[in-house]
Amino acid sequence: MHISPDQTIFWQYGFFKLNATILFTWALMIVLAAGSRLVTRKLSTGLERSRWQNLLEILVTGIEKQIEEVGLSEPRKYIGFLGTLFVFVAAASVCTVIPGYDPPTASLSTTAALALSVFVAVPFFGIEEQGVLNYLKSYAAPTPMMLPFNIISELSRTLALAIRLFGNMMSGAMIVGILLTITPFIFPIVMTMLGQLTGMVQAYIFSILAAVYIAAATRVRKPKPQPMQGVSA
Amino acid sequence: MLIDWFTVAAQALNFLILVWLMKRFLYKPVLNAIDAREKRISTELANADAKKAEAQKEHDEFQQKNAEFDQQRADLMSKATGEAQAERQRLLDEARKAADTASSKRREALKAEEQNLHQAISRRTQQEVFAIARKALTDLATVSLEERLGEVFTRRLREMDGKPKAALGDALKTSSDPGVVRSTFDLPADQRAAIQNALNETFSAEVRVRFETAPDLIGGIELTANGQKVAWSIGDYLASMENDVGELLKPAMSQ
Repeated sequence: MHISPDQTIFWQYGFFKLNATILFTWALMIVLAAGSRLVTRKLSTGLERSRWQNLLEILVTGIEKQIEEVGLSEPRKYIGFLGTLFVFVAAASVCTVIPGYDPPTASLSTTAALALSVFVAVPFFGIEEQGVLNYLKSYAAPTPMMLPFNIISELSRTLALAIRLFGNMMSGAMIVGILLTITPFIFPIVMTMLGQLTGMVQAYIFSILAAVYIAAATRVRKPKPQPMQGVSA
Repeated sequence: MLIDWFTVAAQALNFLILVWLMKRFLYKPVLNAIDAREKRISTELANADAKKAEAQKEHDEFQQKNAEFDQQRADLMSKATGEAQAERQRLLDEARKAADTASSKRREALKAEEQNLHQAISRRTQQEVFAIARKALTDLATVSLEERLGEVFTRRLREMDGKPKAALGDALKTSSDPGVVRSTFDLPADQRAAIQNALNETFSAEVRVRFETAPDLIGGIELTANGQKVAWSIGDYLASMENDVGELLKPAMSQ
């Protein structure tokens, strides 16, 4: 029994290898991109539109709304990154109903890659929004004494992101595998359904946490709205 | 080892590619489509608002025009009613006037007719009365009455004085023809002589006269000479009385 799809290697040439994680990721990428392309190829701007277009519009506007609610006032700027995080993790989890499929997110390498992307994206968006100096200053806030703790928190939360997703996805697949050996009927189905739910929740949590980190990085130095002095004056 | 660093790098790259693919094929077109639709809807709503406003404006305009039209119609109606009433009043007045005129004319005509009738009756009565009187006196007149009349005539001749006497005397004296004494009946000789005497005495001259009979005198004698006349006869009396009565009736008839 294998823990990670990384261990299923189809082809290897020195450092380079083609394992199940990468293969399934490509498969997901192809399905997502092709599906989107298929639907968005003939988008309607009128009131009449296809059901698939409706589904995608609900998905996209839902993600946009969620990002805005977290506190990012320009959701369109971040929807590419955050929305793709959600879509990828959710799709990886949903596809577990397909027999013989291993979710790429059940590999710590994938979750680590995603967490690292967030780790890079947070300062990227932070610096883009408020400049290098202001962004770096935020690590020494509220006092310079907090600098090491801020750095530790930055690293630890990235680690937590990776481990959380990996643990949940891996455990879901593991539980189903173990239960199949004990109670081969009915119960694994229930657990698979639970795994679906967990997967969706994890996708949501992962993308929302990323959004929160980005939001924190982009608005930490923004001046607080002044109390209405004009009224008392 | 749970983490394979090549896989991590590959997955990170894969993820970045997926981000680009999703942006390219999902978010951009879908968001653009939503934007386009929203824009279109807002444009359509704006158009609809504009059309609605225009329709409201036209509606108001039409309502106003309708109200104006109603007002004009009411004005014209009331004007026409007023004119018709005035015309009716005028026609009524005219008719009443015409009726009044006609009735007064009729009344006058009736009155005139009545007057004419009255006048005719009066005239007829007068004529009848005098005809009867004349007839009665004619029947009554006799020679003895004639004698009495001759006496009265001679007395009147003698009692004559002043201007009429002078005028008659002049007429008798200057006239080439003799004076004419007319009587109803043939006068007897002594009466003729008495009259001749009275004339001679009255005018102190030889007066020439001729005696004639005139039945239309009814009863009486008259002397005419050169336009001058002295007479006493019932015919004269009746004639003057008839005149008097006629005069009396005239003002009563003209009223």
